[in-house]
Amino acid sequence: MIDVLIIGAGGAGLTAALSAKEAGASVLVVGKTYPTNSQTSMAQGGINATLGNVGEDHVSSHIADTVKSAHGLCDEDMVRKMCADAPETIEWLEGLGVPFSRLDNGKSGKETVAQRQMGGASAKRACYAQDYTGLKILHTLYDTCLKENIDFLDEHYLLNLIIKDGVSKGATFLDIRTGEVKQIDAKSVVMATGGYASLYHGFTTNAYGSTGDGVAAVLRAGGAVSDMEFIQFHPTALKHSAILISEAARGEGGYLVNESGKRFVDELKPRDEVARAIFAQIKEGQRVFLDVRHLGEEKLMELLPQEVELCRLHEHADPITELIPIKPVAHYTMGGIDVDYALEINGIKGCFAVGECSNAKVHGANRLGGNSLLEIIAFGRFAGENAYKHSIYASSKPADTTQQDKDSAEIKTLFSQENTINFYPYREMLGNLFYEKVGIVRENDQLHSALKEVIEMQIAQKTMGISDKNQTNNQNLIDFLEFKNALLLAPTIISAATARDESRGAHYKVDFENENDAFKQHIVLQWKRED
Amino acid sequence: MQIKILRSKTNTHQLYTLPAGEIPLLNALTYIKETQDATLTFSAGCRASVCGTCAVRVNGREELSCSYKVKPGDIIEPLQYHPVLRDLKVDKSKAKETLLNATSWLQEPKEASLTHNDERLTEKQTDCILCDSCYSACPVYAVNPDFLGPFALTRAYRYSVDKRENDAKTIIDNVQSNGVWDCTLCGECTAVCPKGIDPKMDITMLRGESVKHGHSDPSFATQSFGTPDFGGGGFGFDPNAGF
Repeated sequence: MIDVLIIGAGGAGLTAALSAKEAGASVLVVGKTYPTNSQTSMAQGGINATLGNVGEDHVSSHIADTVKSAHGLCDEDMVRKMCADAPETIEWLEGLGVPFSRLDNGKSGKETVAQRQMGGASAKRACYAQDYTGLKILHTLYDTCLKENIDFLDEHYLLNLIIKDGVSKGATFLDIRTGEVKQIDAKSVVMATGGYASLYHGFTTNAYGSTGDGVAAVLRAGGAVSDMEFIQFHPTALKHSAILISEAARGEGGYLVNESGKRFVDELKPRDEVARAIFAQIKEGQRVFLDVRHLGEEKLMELLPQEVELCRLHEHADPITELIPIKPVAHYTMGGIDVDYALEINGIKGCFAVGECSNAKVHGANRLGGNSLLEIIAFGRFAGENAYKHSIYASSKPADTTQQDKDSAEIKTLFSQENTINFYPYREMLGNLFYEKVGIVRENDQLHSALKEVIEMQIAQKTMGISDKNQTNNQNLIDFLEFKNALLLAPTIISAATARDESRGAHYKVDFENENDAFKQHIVLQWKRED
Repeated sequence: MQIKILRSKTNTHQLYTLPAGEIPLLNALTYIKETQDATLTFSAGCRASVCGTCAVRVNGREELSCSYKVKPGDIIEPLQYHPVLRDLKVDKSKAKETLLNATSWLQEPKEASLTHNDERLTEKQTDCILCDSCYSACPVYAVNPDFLGPFALTRAYRYSVDKRENDAKTIIDNVQSNGVWDCTLCGECTAVCPKGIDPKMDITMLRGESVKHGHSDPSFATQSFGTPDFGGGGFGFDPNAGF
């Protein structure tokens, strides 16, 4: 039996794999695509660490900025740990060969790493690699995993965790290529499965696959989720394609203007405030643009080459000479699997969660730019170590095949079931519904009606299914299973948002526009066991 | 607007009709799957040219589905030299093995003083998203399926010139067999790379480094000089000849 099973092969999963292996564990990384396809590749702006390479900076400032942005909903011990680990995290990445952007300061090692300003930060703190920071970290991690002989199992879709007496014993997967349901036994499990922003289908910067598969699996397995209502909207996505334009564009001096050319907000405020300001303009009937023309071609091509290309391609706008049409869309889910100080899931022993899927309570009500990459690396290492420690004393008796049999039967039913309704339009409807009614500005009436529509959709889902009945490589089946997970999570978000009669960070509610101390707590949800 | 897509089950091109207007290929494929034919199978991820999932061939040329704008009559096919799993979805595991064989990672890391110029030295190479376009376009695979190939060699080059690498020789040694000398320098990889990377140039640079480390072009050695001749006679040195 393997010691540590890691589910998800993005930055958090690969980092956890490396640290568990280094500690002495046997490790297997399972993902639904290939490791380098993950959401981490899309992180652009940077990774925070108080190196002070460009002007003075202190860990205490990083902690203070993070706590302030979290609006009282973070755990300061966890924030302190993450921020204090940051410089060493950069040193570790530097040692793996991450091609960071550099300063010309004649120094060596991490002291040569360039740093830039991000919203809500009191110093130039984000280490970056042009606007490909996530991509370059992810690929360097992957190269290092190959070097360290980490085992991968690609194209395996997580179905369920296997739980025995509240302890995780492994998980079941659908082998996408063969259509078989497999059971993988493990002494420890690390969930690194990513966030759920793709619930906002069509209104998200995220890849199609960010459907919260791991968060849903944890709920089904009896684990807790928390802060589900806190969803960050990124202020600047391209208007028509929802493709992300990095915060670095504003960090480097870009303006936000409305169609009369007027600036209407301090562009360097935290993302929630900027997103709301843009949303208000759009509600007034204004179109909103990002203006980076004054930065000049040379600087733009040097610092934001990817953005320039994406604008030209998807928006027919050349940022060097034209305004970029933008809108705020769902970008990051602060909430997720509820974990303790060791990143172990509350409600499931021996199962850890890290990265966007988890709620380690470092982002609170609003995440700072540059803190998500930091979290996946700093806490990814921590999760890998802790999972290894758990595996040393864990039972090596594998679970029986009850869960696997149950999941096989369910998949079989999907193949035999005659479906009457095509689920794809519902996936789009769910995205529209969430953007309209569970979006940047919320109202209780709207939330109630959203919940009603979601419940109707859940009832209708029973008559939905797959129309492609091919056993092997069935993407229609995967799309459907992802949609089911999104639909399972939808009510948890709406009910938490409904319960929170206040405004805090990314959660903003009409008629309750202020923070209320009575709500200075996490809303935790857990399913009751039927037995 | 109509396009044709190669279906694996029938091995024929199937005709699909799309609404008029500009549309990225990925959106077109999604539209077909959602509204016309749920069995059409393809891979997709970020929609923003950075996850490397969605490369296919359009009219014989490699493109990322998410960044290619469909034109009437386009013919869409899966990548070459990858086993087709279904329709446009291919198995990338063998291609990924080239990274293992090229040992493209930091062999022996050391702290170094890096500058803006050092960053530039590998900036393009590290834009690679492993979409496998170059692998599909490389004609060497028609004759040598074990060729390390463009993306693995570019990555090997990127680490070999990193100032933090204390043992570039190991990387250079590991790209000799089925590696730098097997490339025909045709430049197809460079032409199709969606990130503007130039593997052909990187391979040329690796050849230069190889020579510095004592390697030479094996075909050059065998074809031009033949095997060493120690026999007497002819024009060679004759150890039996007296002075």
